[in-house]
Amino acid sequence: MSAPTYDLGKLHGGLRLKANKTAATAAPIRDMPVPAQLILPLAQHAGEPADPVVDVGERVLKGQLIAAAYGAMGVPVHASSSGTVVAIEPWPVSSRYGETAPCIVIDCDGEDEPYDSGEDTGEPAGLIADLSPVRLREQILEGGIVGLGGAVFPTAQKLTQASGCELEYLILNGVECEPYISCDDVLMRERADAVVGGGRILMRALGIERCHIVVESDKPEALHALGDAIAIATTADDTGLILKQVPTIYPSGGEDQLVQLVTNREVPSGGLPTDVGCLVQNVGTAAAVYDWIVKREPLISRITTVTGDGVHSPQNVRARIGTTVADLIAFAGGYTDRAAQLIVGGPMTGKSVTTDRVPLVKASNCILALSETPTTGVTRPCIRCGECAEVCPILLLPQQLHWYACADDEDKLRLHGLTDCIECGCCDLVCPSHIALTARFRQAKARIRELADEKARAERARRRFEAREQRLADERLDRNRELEAQKSRARRAGPEAIADILRRKRRDKEQDKKD
Amino acid sequence: MEFTRREAPYIAPTQSVPKMMLEVLAALVPAAAAHVWFFGPGLVFNLLVAVLFCVGAEAAMMRLRGRNPEDALSDFTAVVTAALLAFCLPSLTPWWITATASLFAIVVAKHLFGGIGFNVFNPAMAGYVVVLVAFPMQMNLWVAPRMGDIDYEYLGVFETLAFTLTGALPESMTYDQVSRATPLDLMQSGLNQMRMVTEIRALPVMGDYAGRGWEWIANFIGLGGLWLLFRKIIRWHIPVAVLAGLLLPATVSYLLSPGTLPGPGFHLFAGASILCAFFIATDPVSAATSTTGRLVYGAGIGVLIYAIRTWGSYADGVAFAVLLMNLAVPAIDRLTRPRIVGHGRSSIR
Repeated sequence: MSAPTYDLGKLHGGLRLKANKTAATAAPIRDMPVPAQLILPLAQHAGEPADPVVDVGERVLKGQLIAAAYGAMGVPVHASSSGTVVAIEPWPVSSRYGETAPCIVIDCDGEDEPYDSGEDTGEPAGLIADLSPVRLREQILEGGIVGLGGAVFPTAQKLTQASGCELEYLILNGVECEPYISCDDVLMRERADAVVGGGRILMRALGIERCHIVVESDKPEALHALGDAIAIATTADDTGLILKQVPTIYPSGGEDQLVQLVTNREVPSGGLPTDVGCLVQNVGTAAAVYDWIVKREPLISRITTVTGDGVHSPQNVRARIGTTVADLIAFAGGYTDRAAQLIVGGPMTGKSVTTDRVPLVKASNCILALSETPTTGVTRPCIRCGECAEVCPILLLPQQLHWYACADDEDKLRLHGLTDCIECGCCDLVCPSHIALTARFRQAKARIRELADEKARAERARRRFEAREQRLADERLDRNRELEAQKSRARRAGPEAIADILRRKRRDKEQDKKD
Repeated sequence: MEFTRREAPYIAPTQSVPKMMLEVLAALVPAAAAHVWFFGPGLVFNLLVAVLFCVGAEAAMMRLRGRNPEDALSDFTAVVTAALLAFCLPSLTPWWITATASLFAIVVAKHLFGGIGFNVFNPAMAGYVVVLVAFPMQMNLWVAPRMGDIDYEYLGVFETLAFTLTGALPESMTYDQVSRATPLDLMQSGLNQMRMVTEIRALPVMGDYAGRGWEWIANFIGLGGLWLLFRKIIRWHIPVAVLAGLLLPATVSYLLSPGTLPGPGFHLFAGASILCAFFIATDPVSAATSTTGRLVYGAGIGVLIYAIRTWGSYADGVAFAVLLMNLAVPAIDRLTRPRIVGHGRSSIR
């Protein structure tokens, strides 16, 4: 086993939160049977929705392409099981951009018949080294693979963008720092080989030699399993894969925060980790890449943590993408009497949903049913205690941001780095006045975007207006010039020609009148 | 199943303003006991008057501003203001002086600026300064600390209560019999009379560092302060900076001229240095807000206390130092904004 290393950068602030993970990690991952119905949103990634290529009434097979990638940031969607497409319609989803989104609804036939594309594109594991990085990235796109850490950025496009940069490290993110969530932890414990194998493929697709696999200190089993897998997968003189252990502090699993922890480099404001030579992929993404490239299984299932005091038996479930949350909860023993909130994602950054009809999507790492949040009492005015600034990983001053957000002072908000806020929620948890700071900042950010849009629109309108003015002026100038030329030509030509011109003019005028 | 929509995060905060204020009050209890032991029950009566007027003024102002008085009363900040005032006032203070300080603190310094969170000045210090300037004679009326070996006239519980209510001593007593100059006063007047520090320090009331009784109360206040640090009600930056700002110049000047300037031990335990460092300057609303800002703010207060004590006409300078630095807070906040992660140094403007 290769032991984890520790040399680290520093992260400001953060919180040591009660993990609440053991309830779900006590038992191994359970495979959930195919449900009666699957709901597959066309947009499960950060980018344009995929384009359906099946019709209502059509029979589809497990793994069959049902919506093709559309646009530069597009990713395809595959049928998670065999069955009949019964509708392509808006359905409730958990998303930042609205309550419903277009989905393909499949009534499963329970046979789970796999799709055979006819062509044998399967690349045996031994031949991956022969594939060019470009070919690998194309294949990753075909597998419908997106970042499974939560941001669901299309993996292939991320790799392509990164391959144009000077890269040093691939960082595999196994820092599952948010409470309750343990899907990555159990994945690393049970399928460390797939994580390491996926890491190797990603390194190949990027053409780089160094990969850090980073895991939090509260996951000794995962660290152990990965250490073993790395030892098996590498030879003694090959030191490209390095296991790193980081302290258990929320939010060290944020992409930029992880880069800072591992490499001691700050991702520039508004920039990407590739600006400092790093590319971060979630360990789940690496395993999905491995499953697709080596085992030819597209991204049609994922591990999700179904947990919280609102479910009877918290556990990690491997379920088909498109399974409804209601089915997942039922599989985990159903709701307890205390269930009062349903959250897709973790308790710090997840999104609460109003109905359990929403489907499990590629991004859904956790389904959290919680009892009522203990009453926090009234919200009081900020007393400027500064605890929020002490815990802010970005070194913002949330107390000042809150002040300027209340005043709707856009310039000051920008100056104080509102747009750098990662919405981790740490400030909310330490605020003695119980101010909903993160929600406030989300609103303020939306407002700033709105203002920027308004400005851009006004700017476009101004430019359009000026262009029109310029065009009219140019036309006038041209006409005058033409007129002068005609006059001088007429002067040179004599009276006959002048009479001729006057006749023509009159005819034009009459023509104009008729029009 | 249907649910209601909430905003992340879904974990409840653990700390609250009322809890913090109650911890502050609890941290003052040992010092209050010591105060009563050394200076008699005056503190208790002052505290009762101050609480009555602070809380009453808070409720009245909230009503006048069209708000629910309970919103303000339930955070106990008015009680903390009252307690700090009571600690600053001499143990023999007629009720109307305490009331004036309380009303000014809550009505003018707090609510006319917008209530809790918006006050520019530390309310307790603003109230104290008003009565310090308006009632100079009474503000110097400190009784002698209880000392086993020296016999003074002491007022009993009822005589103290009677003084608090009427402002008059029992007929058999005169001010000269009950009142004694504070160590800071003794030091200041002694130095003005060209006496040596060692000579002044040799007076029986001066104790080990800065006056019998006084230094013990300071000890207990310091203990309460450490408790607040341990409970994370306050952070270390302001107390450390205040004490460093006070003790560094005190040490340097004492080393240069030990005969004419009192040493750091005296400055530390005399007057309200420790109360200021842990309980007054740490009022978050009127303090600077970034970590660096708090160091600057605290150091400024410490240096000003030293300057006022050394060159000013007032014996102690805590209240003036705090109010002056309150004024500097916006500038300090602006100049000490931390560098945001991912921004170059140029983002500090």
